[in-house]
Amino acid sequence: MLSRNLILVYEGEFTQEITKSVLAMAERNMDSMGEESSIKRKVFNVMVECLQNIVKHSDDFNPLSAKRNAAIFIIGKEDDRYVVTSGNPVDTDAANSLKIRIDEINGLDKEGLKKMYKDIIKTNHLSNKGGAGLGFVDMARKSGQKLEYDFEDMGEGFHFFSITTTILRF
Amino acid sequence: MEIINLEGTEDTPKILLDKGNGIFEISGRSLPEDSAEFYQPILDWINAYGEDPNPETSFVFKLEYFNTASSKLILDVLSALEEIDNVTINWYFHEDDEDMEEAGEEFSELVEIPFEFNTY
Repeated sequence: MLSRNLILVYEGEFTQEITKSVLAMAERNMDSMGEESSIKRKVFNVMVECLQNIVKHSDDFNPLSAKRNAAIFIIGKEDDRYVVTSGNPVDTDAANSLKIRIDEINGLDKEGLKKMYKDIIKTNHLSNKGGAGLGFVDMARKSGQKLEYDFEDMGEGFHFFSITTTILRF
Repeated sequence: MEIINLEGTEDTPKILLDKGNGIFEISGRSLPEDSAEFYQPILDWINAYGEDPNPETSFVFKLEYFNTASSKLILDVLSALEEIDNVTINWYFHEDDEDMEEAGEEFSELVEIPFEFNTY
């Protein structure tokens, strides 16, 4: 039977300072387990993109409703893999465009992802939030796995968007 | 020309740009909150250097990790260097870091500058 361990669960406010703390804790944990540096780098990579996505979009929601700002970040380890999940509320428009974008990424193979990455980096300008539009593509490339996602209806036009990336250890 | 010498932190790279000694290096981790703001002085420095560059420029990238927002800015740095004559990029990657090797190869395909690849 596979054993499953949570390395870290964080829920609440997301800032760059908190991102750095979460990264440092997860890194120490992987170090203490003697994880291989190549796997550690991939996990680190995926964690950064997830966390910075949340930081960049954490002010998109109605500030009057604290509940809607609640984002979550989870990293877990099973025998053969690391699983990184992040979740945050999005409105219906964002949910629809996220779905299209992730489905498009999941439909591509290694070469297709590489081409998409190069096309975006050549042509896109940074968004006003400082995003390069490359985060999901990069997560798919570094993990070599499909991105799993879910939208849970929160009512009042909001959905809780969660995305899970798996990094195989072998 | 002024020297840029920034110590690396847990989310920003070490940067040394020293025309007099011919040392140009970006190393470590790059995942600043605002990558455009962080890299702007570097881009300004390179553009000023391009007005009166050394006869040859060997620019070292020795990155352990960079986020996707930084990758866009690294391409901007490379594009600024592309405007200067006789620039070579020395792209270092850890010997078991295929992703960093591949990232260097992709950058080399996006700009017209010779890349040399080295492991550390």
